[in-house]
Amino acid sequence: MTVYAAPGSPDCKVVFKSRYEHWIGGGWVAPVKGQYFEDISPVNGKAFAEVARGTAEDIEAALDAAHKAAPAWGRTSTTERAAVLNRIADVIDANLELLAVAETWDNGKPIREPLNADLPLAADHFRYFAAAIRAQDGDFQEMDGDMTSYQYHEPLGVVGQIIPWNFPILMAAWKLAPALAAGNAIVLKPAEQTPVSILVLIELIGDILPPGVVNIVNGFGVEAGKPLASSSRIRKIAFTGETTTGRLILQYASANIIPATLELGGKSPNIFFSDVADRDDAFYDKAQEGFTLFAFNQGEVCTCPSRALIEKPIYDRFLGDAVERTRKAVQGNPLDTDTQVGAQASNDQLEKILSYIDIGKQEGAKLLLGGERNDLGGDLSEGYYVTPTIFEGHNGMRLFQEEIFGPVVAVTSFDGYDDAISIANDTLYGLGAGVWSRNGNVAYRAGRDIQAGRVWINNYHAYPAGAAFGGYKSSGIGRENNKLALTHYQQTKNLLVSYSENKLGFF
Amino acid sequence: MLESAVTIEGESVSRVALTDESVALLRRLWQQHGPLMFHQSGGCCDGSSPMCFPAGDFVTSDQDVLLGRFDIAPTGSTGQPLEFWMSAEQFAYWSHTHLTVDVVAGRGSGFSVEAPEGVRFLIRSRLMETAQPFA
Repeated sequence: MTVYAAPGSPDCKVVFKSRYEHWIGGGWVAPVKGQYFEDISPVNGKAFAEVARGTAEDIEAALDAAHKAAPAWGRTSTTERAAVLNRIADVIDANLELLAVAETWDNGKPIREPLNADLPLAADHFRYFAAAIRAQDGDFQEMDGDMTSYQYHEPLGVVGQIIPWNFPILMAAWKLAPALAAGNAIVLKPAEQTPVSILVLIELIGDILPPGVVNIVNGFGVEAGKPLASSSRIRKIAFTGETTTGRLILQYASANIIPATLELGGKSPNIFFSDVADRDDAFYDKAQEGFTLFAFNQGEVCTCPSRALIEKPIYDRFLGDAVERTRKAVQGNPLDTDTQVGAQASNDQLEKILSYIDIGKQEGAKLLLGGERNDLGGDLSEGYYVTPTIFEGHNGMRLFQEEIFGPVVAVTSFDGYDDAISIANDTLYGLGAGVWSRNGNVAYRAGRDIQAGRVWINNYHAYPAGAAFGGYKSSGIGRENNKLALTHYQQTKNLLVSYSENKLGFF
Repeated sequence: MLESAVTIEGESVSRVALTDESVALLRRLWQQHGPLMFHQSGGCCDGSSPMCFPAGDFVTSDQDVLLGRFDIAPTGSTGQPLEFWMSAEQFAYWSHTHLTVDVVAGRGSGFSVEAPEGVRFLIRSRLMETAQPFA
């Protein structure tokens, strides 16, 4: 057990600045309007740093820097760009604890997560895309004996990226790595709930990148995100968030005739077929953990397995065991490596979760565990903690249909395979799903029949670089984590070359 | 509490309301941004939040339902109409609940106009007593 020292104490791994500016053109730049906002740590509900409150003027300055940097960066060899990405990964590895403490303090997540998941995955994402860009070929086709079509990947130029607050560094890495590998310059806006950890990272990696290749403007969506997303000076916009803003971003993209990729969340079913309980063995234990993963990262995951569907013959037993399993989840100081469940990222998130617990009760869902704010006392008393919560109900309830983004699972039973698939697909979304069965044929068929971009079979919440991630239905457009993401940041140049001396003969 | 006018054909009961605090905040935001609208969000991160935009900024279509219309102007003043929208596919799952727009302290997100004020619109829900249509 290790308890990391809190920021502000002498032996803390990270020393935050009292004020963070924008990162533009390779250095710190004060906001044009001179305004700042406070970053609040969800661990204790207290402000710990001031952050530049960006406006359209700052976005323009960042776009100027990006446009200045883009042509040269786009012409660098893939060898050079891959080397830059690999160096970024090395710096993340070398500063693991510092970045982990920063991430936990900014977001509220238990520190075992950034230490063992967020940051190793972020580093690996840079390495994956370093490898992917080196391995990416153009193509050619011989049209006839004298004519050949050559296709080249070219960078788009300057792109905009808007990052969510649930995995501030990892989600930035998901978007930065492919865009950089493909040779683009970037203007990135972090979430206003978690603006600082990305700035801690950029300070560490800033001198690896040519000035202006990555620019970070903080601020509120309406003041900084909107001028970025609606700018005619970007060639692509990428966004992770919710559906209304997703539609708005598509609207802005349509006005500029540019592509947009969107990841808009889900309401992921986690299906447990009867044979899971055939034996009380390691696999049963794994499936039980698979249920409890709804509380991972406090449920603040787009693919949170927030609808558990359990087959009728094993319903009572499996759910009974799962409730006991979840009851043992350790909620506490997020800086303690033994803590399994930390704080929700913001006060409004806490309020939203409590409002869903309220509607769940009104709808007649049965509360089996949790269902309340958790006052951890002492310094953590003002932090945003919610106890892991299990509700039993039916798929028509709002609890089953909206992404709560909290440690709340809604459980129901199903009667056979067809019922399982029908309930699983009865949702607006299609981002993630889990299937648990000892029968490979059943698991395979379910995986293919569920309308979601990622189906975990006999595991959940793994995000290895290389496995394509993205949504069906209202969960969005585009894929991340896989070399497919490169194509979202590339233009196709076709050279159609005639090697014949002979005229066409038309005129 | 301000209840919306009924805007869905065949219904007779308001589906959405604003708390007094929401009305006061909306009047302040109106002075800054001009006429306003709501579109109810779904999905991840700040999903489930009612997003407040300058009216017309968010283009609604046949894929949306107008849940209600308010006039947030104080009595005797010029009208300040404000519409509340939701996507039709989301309404299919939400139609059994009445929504109240409240305000809480928070960071906000999306492009909703209240975020810089350090507050956040939040939906509180209650079950509606009658099934559709609300005759």
